[in-house]
Amino acid sequence: MSIVPHIAPAKHVALAAAVAWFVTACAPVQTAAPSGSNSALTVFAAASLRSAFTELGANFQKANPGITVGFSFAGSQQLAEQIANGAPADVFASANQAQIGTAAKTGRIDPSAARIFARNRLVVIYPQTNQSRLNRLQDLRTPGIKIVLANKNVPVGAYSLAFLTTASAKSEYGSDFGAAVLSNVVSYEEDVRAVFNKVALGEADAGIVYASDMFAGDSSAVAKIDIPDELNTIANYPIVALNTSANPALAQAFVNYVLSQEAQAVLTKHGFSPALGPP
Amino acid sequence: MNARYTPQSRISNRAPTRLRGGPKLLLTSAAFVLLLLVTLPLAAIALRSAPTFWPAVGTYEAGQAIRLTALTSVLALAVIVLLGTPAAWLIARRQIRGWKILDAVLDLPVVLPPSVAGIGLLIAFGRNGLIGAFLNELGIQLAFSTAAVVVAQVFVSAPLYVRAAVIGMRRIDEDMESVAMVEGANAWQIFRFVTLPLSAPALITGGVLAWARALGEFGATILFAGNLVGRTQTMALAIYVEFQNNIDAALALALLLTLTSLFVLIAVRWVARSEP
Repeated sequence: MSIVPHIAPAKHVALAAAVAWFVTACAPVQTAAPSGSNSALTVFAAASLRSAFTELGANFQKANPGITVGFSFAGSQQLAEQIANGAPADVFASANQAQIGTAAKTGRIDPSAARIFARNRLVVIYPQTNQSRLNRLQDLRTPGIKIVLANKNVPVGAYSLAFLTTASAKSEYGSDFGAAVLSNVVSYEEDVRAVFNKVALGEADAGIVYASDMFAGDSSAVAKIDIPDELNTIANYPIVALNTSANPALAQAFVNYVLSQEAQAVLTKHGFSPALGPP
Repeated sequence: MNARYTPQSRISNRAPTRLRGGPKLLLTSAAFVLLLLVTLPLAAIALRSAPTFWPAVGTYEAGQAIRLTALTSVLALAVIVLLGTPAAWLIARRQIRGWKILDAVLDLPVVLPPSVAGIGLLIAFGRNGLIGAFLNELGIQLAFSTAAVVVAQVFVSAPLYVRAAVIGMRRIDEDMESVAMVEGANAWQIFRFVTLPLSAPALITGGVLAWARALGEFGATILFAGNLVGRTQTMALAIYVEFQNNIDAALALALLLTLTSLFVLIAVRWVARSEP
């Protein structure tokens, strides 16, 4: 028996039915118009922006009939690398300034044009079941608990490491706090939602994510421990239109909309802190 | 589909009709485009990686990824052979009722996206999973461990071995086994001295292909086993992560995997040719 068997004519019907089922099942999914046409805008946005930007995109489409906004959400470092390598994006919204630099290395972005549009705080999350009985930040060093962080090249991963370094300098945590916590890390994930979901599934005892993640989708499975301001690294989110956009005016219009008061209110609703203006 | 193998079903050795002119040009161009599509990226990896290969392969992350990949893929192959050979025999000899179901189910991972495998493994064997919760009571936690990498590799690559083994065992003339039985051999002796040696080339081919597939496993691993240097970050994961970090290391690992796969395919062909 080979993997592709000889197909009796009667079986064509069954095969066709299987394909038809798949196509019909997928039909209601709205697909973004291809980038490059004048009515389509492709926005590359950090994974943490998913719920907020989905709402902003819908609002922008409503305000601009005939325009379709398509999104690609992933770790900022992946998007930056894709943009530098020629991916067809019109706007890039990153979770840190460093990835604007990465995306700009082939000249498709003018880094000085980037504007901070939102800020985000870090929080420690743990599953509601709280099998390892965490209730304060110091408990993260409990030997044997399973912690997931984002990888160091993901913005939230870099912010997490900065938090551990800052905390290690405080006497109430101890100089070995960072090392002790890192020895509990079982996985470095590729974006913040992967960290969140592994904690929400209860597979990890704790993770470090953005405050906004508590507002993105269902967060009933997790609880949080706040990180005090003096230890917290406030994430700055820059946004910029690509200078290779097929429709620079439309791209800039979207950037301006994200910076508008209306959009800032939406971002606040999704757990972000409003931007304080240009950096 | 279930037709028994007979010598007549072998592809004839007669030279095929020679194609000429326009049709030949058309077919050759099509094949050439496909050939370029496959070889160009691989050539690009080799060319870009060559100058930095040795220093890049010597980095800590790359070394750990190579060590871990070698270890896990060999363990996965051992599990696959131990569990897959009996399964293949049951299917090939239609020994149990429902062998067709077993056959179809074992083929499923070939067509499933590895991400489906990963999420399925996580919610089955994770510590809050279907049976993972029970394992957790026994003190066994699979997720985020090296064992999880092996499980993910077994899941995605076992079908390649089972498939090859079934085909190999079906090719054996069942009369050989009947003769052995008449001569007084018991089931184990028949398997050990007739079935196993006669299907050996197929088993080796299947094993090598499964091992190569395990080497490159990515999607199921990153979801189920996570990503930690030295514990669960295999070469395929390291390539993905280092692409954003140290592209030379990513390219060196990619070249290493490419060369290994090439070697594997040549070996498979060589084994297949030596088949009686």
